[in-house]
Amino acid sequence: MKEFYKGLKDGIPIALGYFAVSFSFGILALKGGLTVFQSVFISLTNVTSAGQFAGLQIIIAGGTIVETILTQLIINMRYALMSLSLTQKLSPDVTVKQRLVIAFANTDEIFAVAMAHFREVTFRYMLGLELLPVLGWTLGTLVGACACDLLPKAVTSALSLALYGMFVAIVMPVAKRSKPVILVACIAAMLSTVIYYVPALKFISTGVSIIVCTIIAAVVGAIVAPRDLETEAKSEQKSEPEA
Amino acid sequence: MNIYVYILTMALVTYLIRVLPLVLFRKKIQNRFVSSFLYYVPYSCLTALTIPAIFYSTESVISAVAGLVVAVILGMKDKGLPVVAAAACITVFIVERFI
Repeated sequence: MKEFYKGLKDGIPIALGYFAVSFSFGILALKGGLTVFQSVFISLTNVTSAGQFAGLQIIIAGGTIVETILTQLIINMRYALMSLSLTQKLSPDVTVKQRLVIAFANTDEIFAVAMAHFREVTFRYMLGLELLPVLGWTLGTLVGACACDLLPKAVTSALSLALYGMFVAIVMPVAKRSKPVILVACIAAMLSTVIYYVPALKFISTGVSIIVCTIIAAVVGAIVAPRDLETEAKSEQKSEPEA
Repeated sequence: MNIYVYILTMALVTYLIRVLPLVLFRKKIQNRFVSSFLYYVPYSCLTALTIPAIFYSTESVISAVAGLVVAVILGMKDKGLPVVAAAACITVFIVERFI
């Protein structure tokens, strides 16, 4: 149970951040003509920011199912990389059934927090870690959908930075202590900026761009600064955060 | 088309992407390159998600840049996720009152 509570505690900040972010999803869904129940149902079953926003646009535009599947595949393919990465951090005694459960809410932030955990991640820890963020994500959507027209534009504009603020808060503390992470982050930022602004590359969609940037930057990191597996194992035993 | 068909399709695809690698790969990867690559994935991915999208997420690029700068500084000081996120939002709100 101790592991579960530790997970719950680590999940609180994510849940708060999600509450603020999914708020804006609720607002957008209502503006797009969905009902309150439908928008909450999307958040509860999908638990993903970018994928939901893109899916919502397709629903509003009356797109095809093929289009829906392809968009989700491209935008969310990064989760496959994250899940793969998470397998290396999971305690070996996590069973297949347990993996089926924790996969459900393996989001960017939950993944990042799990990876930054000072030792192997157990099933109970993951369960605790995922519970509050899923709740926060769903409730935030509900409140946003209900408060849709009540909020002034100034507030919704400010709230839209919550998600990015959270991303920065995950990357910066690690980057500060690790030059290779700074390098990887800078390469990813430069690539994604180039793809965004260079007219000849306009055909690359946001989802594809994220996959391409993620892979190239992480490959460069792995070539330039491969990590020492043994020191890594030792530092984990000393229960220190990632250096 | 029924809206729930869209929603369940989205949910199913997203879940499969997340669950398949978790179930199919159960061993520790011994390859140094691959394990290093996987270590760097979250940082490259989160950065690519943030930049340049953050600049167009608010009412003006200026307020977004201000929010990003505040988030980076507080992140360097090891402030937690809610503090950094809240400070970034408040910064945007204040800056937009002046421009």
